[in-house]
Amino acid sequence: MNAPVQLDHAEIAATTPLDKLDVSDPALFRDDVWYPYFRRLRRDAPVHYCAESMFGPYWSITTYKDIVQAELAHKVFSSDSSLGGITIRDRQKDLRLPMFIAMDPPRHDEQRKAVQPIVAPGNLAKLEHIIRARVCEILDELPRNETFNWVDKVSIELTVSMLATLFDLPQEDRRKLSYWSDCATALPMPGGIIENEAQREAAFAEMLAYFTTLWNARVNAEPRPDLVSMLAHAPATRDMSPREFMGNLVLLIVGGNDTTRNSISGGMLFLNQFPEEYAKLRANPALIETMVPEIIRYQTPLSHMRRTATADVEFAGQKIRAGDKVVMWYISGNRDDTAIEEPDRFIIDRPRPRQHLSFGFGIHRCVGNRLAEMQLKILWEEILKRFDRIEVVGPEQRVYSTFVHGITELPVRIPG
Amino acid sequence: MPSITYIEHSGTEHRIEVPTGRSVMQGAVDNNLPGIDADCGGECACATCHVYVDPAWLAKTGTPGEQEASMLNFAATAEPNSRLSCQIEVSEALDGLTVRLPEAQH
Repeated sequence: MNAPVQLDHAEIAATTPLDKLDVSDPALFRDDVWYPYFRRLRRDAPVHYCAESMFGPYWSITTYKDIVQAELAHKVFSSDSSLGGITIRDRQKDLRLPMFIAMDPPRHDEQRKAVQPIVAPGNLAKLEHIIRARVCEILDELPRNETFNWVDKVSIELTVSMLATLFDLPQEDRRKLSYWSDCATALPMPGGIIENEAQREAAFAEMLAYFTTLWNARVNAEPRPDLVSMLAHAPATRDMSPREFMGNLVLLIVGGNDTTRNSISGGMLFLNQFPEEYAKLRANPALIETMVPEIIRYQTPLSHMRRTATADVEFAGQKIRAGDKVVMWYISGNRDDTAIEEPDRFIIDRPRPRQHLSFGFGIHRCVGNRLAEMQLKILWEEILKRFDRIEVVGPEQRVYSTFVHGITELPVRIPG
Repeated sequence: MPSITYIEHSGTEHRIEVPTGRSVMQGAVDNNLPGIDADCGGECACATCHVYVDPAWLAKTGTPGEQEASMLNFAATAEPNSRLSCQIEVSEALDGLTVRLPEAQH
């Protein structure tokens, strides 16, 4: 809690007039106090219009069922980058990056298919050995009886290492990936990783130059099963403009970084917050299978996805107008008790644990979902083989963001 | 009650009686059949209840609608006889239907 005064958020959420309720303030997520605000919206105004916020006016969709329906309505709720793309924050028009997550059919479908083979069952099986070897290395190097930041030593290390493998770039460059990913999602602010949009563009230019070297080497070689080679050879992507290459790199880097990173951090935190679940897991490691999707639900590593209405439309009783910004709050739908039983509890042996919104639904559903689950599964298998328990020994620090729902610091200690 | 045969990727067969009006996906999930995940619960919004329909039955099950086709478009292992089983409603006409399950659901 960074605020100097302890605010009663339940009281504020309950008494603020509905038309003044704004759930987009990044401080709500940094301070982990968003719960009562979304509970109010789900109950009193499940499709809600906020006229004024730091991101301008926007609609909120907050129940599980409505979010699924909004995902399916991709013809009227566009993802196109030129309209504002997929996050609540509009970048200035000339800086908006085309990338396939921020495209509509048919281009979205064509470009997505170019990278799809990276997560085909056969390739996942090959990656499993590489991930396991890397997980073992990382875990075997962890200090004992000493406080360290789990996020840095495990969550970031593992995800960037994996992503370096998917791009087939030298492992010593892996931290560049988390740097570019953080630059892509940061809110510009004094003292932040980027202070203004010019610094973000500079980081993107550096990233583009780095990957253009790889592209040039691979476009003239035989196709290989790495993401750069796939983009360089697929008919839908081989003639991309540099901005489009840049956009798709941002997509793949953020998609492979932030999400899995924060689920790795979240899992450690939740098992410490729910010691009875940690005990269940130790007694029966087979529960990893159902725990992994539960971690992904409970963390919800991306709080929302945004769409833009392309026509006037009535949605769940509300009149949404062409051009309106529409935000689907996954973080809220995943805590909707009309869809998920006891949603505020972390329960590692839930029935049907994969029924959650964290990967999105419809045509934009996360392409890397099974790879992400596999990374978490292997990590927890290897943790349980090595450590009786890992203790969270201090409060976590969270990301100041309305989009990335993440943890920057999680102090832990391994007794031994 | 119509009987549906589900064949796992490993070859294991399950013959299940499914009430008319349920979907082929629900028939599997109601009986805890491995290999059909149905993450979205039957909204045609994921592709994790993907099955291959025995070609002899394709005329009776029909072909995918637009939304289903766009989801199948992203299933790594889709074939011309692929369907999302949440979109096949069980009826007396489908008594004896056989579907095979893919290697993995995405």
